[in-house]
Amino acid sequence: MATATQVVEKENYLNVNYGIKSWLLTTDHKRIGLLYLFTITMFFFLGGFFALLIRLELLTPSGDMVQTDIYNRLFTMHGIVMIFLFLIPSIPAVFGNFFIPMMIGARDMAFPKINLLSWYLLLGGGALILYSIVTGGTDTGWTFYAPFSTQYSNSQVIAAALGIFVAGFSSILTGLNFIVTIHRMRAPGLTWVRLPLFIWSNYATAIIQVLGTPVLAITLALVFLERVFHIGFFNAQLGGDPLLFQHLFWFYSHPAVYIMILPSMGVISEVIPCFARKRIFGYAFVAMSSIAIAVFGFLVWAHHMFVSGMSVYAALVFSLLSYAVAVPSAVKVFNWTATMYKGSIHLRTPMLYALGFIGLFTMGGMTGLFLACLGIDVHVTDTYFVVAHFHYIMVGGAVMGYMAALHFWWPKITGKMYSEVWGKVAAVIIFLGFNLTFFPLFVAGYMGMPRRYHVYAPEFQVLNVFSTAGASILGIGYLLPLIYLFWSLRYGKPAGDNPWSAAGLEWTAASPPPTHNFEETPVVTWEAYNYHELPDMPEEDAGVSRI
Amino acid sequence: MWQNLPLWPTEASTISRQVDGLYIALITVTGGVTLLVFATIVFFAIKYNHKRHPVAEAIEGSTPLEILWSAIPLGIFLLFFAWGASIYIFEAKPPRDAMEVYVVAKQWMWKFQYQTGQSEINTLHIPVNRPVRLTMISQDVIHSFYVPDMRVKADVLPGRYTTVWFQPVKAGNYHLFCAVYCGTNHSGMIGEVDVMEPADYEVWLQGGAGQGSMAATGQKLFQELGCINCHRSDEQGRGPNLQGVYGRPVLLDDGHTVMANDDYVRESIMVPGAKIVAGYKPVMPSFQGIVSEEQLLSLMAYVKSLSTPPPAEPAHKRNAAPPPAAGAAVR
Repeated sequence: MATATQVVEKENYLNVNYGIKSWLLTTDHKRIGLLYLFTITMFFFLGGFFALLIRLELLTPSGDMVQTDIYNRLFTMHGIVMIFLFLIPSIPAVFGNFFIPMMIGARDMAFPKINLLSWYLLLGGGALILYSIVTGGTDTGWTFYAPFSTQYSNSQVIAAALGIFVAGFSSILTGLNFIVTIHRMRAPGLTWVRLPLFIWSNYATAIIQVLGTPVLAITLALVFLERVFHIGFFNAQLGGDPLLFQHLFWFYSHPAVYIMILPSMGVISEVIPCFARKRIFGYAFVAMSSIAIAVFGFLVWAHHMFVSGMSVYAALVFSLLSYAVAVPSAVKVFNWTATMYKGSIHLRTPMLYALGFIGLFTMGGMTGLFLACLGIDVHVTDTYFVVAHFHYIMVGGAVMGYMAALHFWWPKITGKMYSEVWGKVAAVIIFLGFNLTFFPLFVAGYMGMPRRYHVYAPEFQVLNVFSTAGASILGIGYLLPLIYLFWSLRYGKPAGDNPWSAAGLEWTAASPPPTHNFEETPVVTWEAYNYHELPDMPEEDAGVSRI
Repeated sequence: MWQNLPLWPTEASTISRQVDGLYIALITVTGGVTLLVFATIVFFAIKYNHKRHPVAEAIEGSTPLEILWSAIPLGIFLLFFAWGASIYIFEAKPPRDAMEVYVVAKQWMWKFQYQTGQSEINTLHIPVNRPVRLTMISQDVIHSFYVPDMRVKADVLPGRYTTVWFQPVKAGNYHLFCAVYCGTNHSGMIGEVDVMEPADYEVWLQGGAGQGSMAATGQKLFQELGCINCHRSDEQGRGPNLQGVYGRPVLLDDGHTVMANDDYVRESIMVPGAKIVAGYKPVMPSFQGIVSEEQLLSLMAYVKSLSTPPPAEPAHKRNAAPPPAAGAAVR
């Protein structure tokens, strides 16, 4: 990474050695984090490309751009790639890997080699899924509902399911590594109540990864057995029960939503105190709400099945529990907002993404209350209302948190500052583009437009034109960071060790950090987010390049 | 394009208005809170901007506030839970006088069968202001019966009957969509619900009659398939006498009792060995692959017709045991 602007570079994890082998065989958690960053960025843009084609097709009510079978493959592959190859790994695999050891004063993960293995598993799963795409794609939807997936679909179900199966083990191993690392590797003095909330939320995530993902693996294995060997688990003709598939699938796939959103919540809990120069409001409540979400998250799966033919009594229980899981999420939103009260707020790029997160996550959460409500869910489930709702959570929430993390920690990862102006422009474009893409879909959903429709009734067209227009804006918003972040690698000003004057052990290390993170093991004698003891954040112009 | 920007679906059933009322209440409350959160964030971001407010105040948190903003949302949530649940329970209980139509879903079409013998593809004709109950089954994958203007949706499963009911309040044509992705032509698995004035409906009924009622078709099948040889109307057959069985509990040879509902009758034809009536031997062959879903429904209509007048409603579960139809035989 030697560049013309640099004179003498201290030894760090990037320049300690060079060559392909030094990356592919690395056990350094930071390098593994970057391997993940590179990998999932590819998958993000692949999934985004599918989304773009979907939105272009839906510009008109008739199916005039691609054939129906292609369209069905597009939304399936969009879902599979985005969920299993981008969102599930995203923050934990990139920023968790990079920063959990640094935030707890450790030199590496508890199991560095398993950490590398988990990247290879994601790569292997990704390769299988790519294989399924280039050999014709899968048309079951990312939900693989039986008996369609086990008997009727003539597409690459096995390859895609196997890919998800393999990638799932990547997720399990990452979670396992996090749990052991957080329990065993904390620096002296870093008690549980002094842990940054990013650690708490990744810990809660890891619990779900370790307990939930095996159920997905089992479910996909049963799909495999039924499809290949005709053993009847789900197919009524073979004596199986199709609802059993849905119960098993959602037992993982609902908690999986919390695998995606909890780490983002952790990022927001780091960013808001830093840019409000204030300790987080109600630390214990924010930390415990993560655990509450992880626990309650396992008890709400059947709210995806209110019209499936489940018993009325089961529906009542799952509706009630779904409302219960909304309480800890609400508590988080109120605490983040209260953290800003009497703060000293710097509206820098990471903060804009964090505030965007709160807004979009709130809307996603609020519309979740509609779906938890039995009387409303019957009408809006399987419509674009649901599509809009979960994109508000997964893109508006999880991806905004991911972008906040990327911009917050970029200076630490690369040692360079990006253009603050372009950062803010992109944040605003993404926020506006996102809302224009997905807000009209709530209306389309309540109007009754079913999801996964290649051809739709003409009266829904206006709303879809809005959405497609928004998607093109959103696409530009996501391309901008790709450009200015790469730009910053070469032309960005040196960041210094702590450009935000942020609390947290990761900011006491050099930027980029040395391979072993800390010269000597830190001893923690202070509480998390001790912003009242830290100097104020440097002004924007100091040390920040403008293009 | 602009002249038809729709914002609200038609309120075409008795349930529509209930659902919309709850929806508006939810929008008001959640929208209000969301705007409040937005306004607070913007207000704080301006008022406490570091230029205006250079030094942050040290605030740890407030337990009373945490309790308050946990308890108040929880209270509101419980209210919406109860409201939504009451509509759901209402939707799960079809009125007894509902007219009954049978639905067979298959890739990628809807087939409607009337007790009076008419059958239709992709169009459901029903009279206005009269509740209609649909008993549905899929021939292949999972489908979902969805009429947005009626605010009703119910999945249609292979191998098991589900039911849905609604009462249209406005004549007209309404979209029928398949809501669960079911393969290539999922978005083409659409149809319409034609709600007619009662007089028009009577005219339509006359036009399609002539094939004999479902129960009559079922009786014919009952003879053709040889069911009648064992299920005799006296007690001498190798199988149980089916007179008056439907809608009543049946004692099995393992000592359990089972309610003789649609799913039980279907299972008894397709997988006869699954539940053996006390005092009989498992000698009946399976009719899986021999009778179609449509023929099964006719056989069921015939079995039901043997049990009139209807016994007391056996269960009020959403999908189990719809109460037997009054006067199932002939209109």
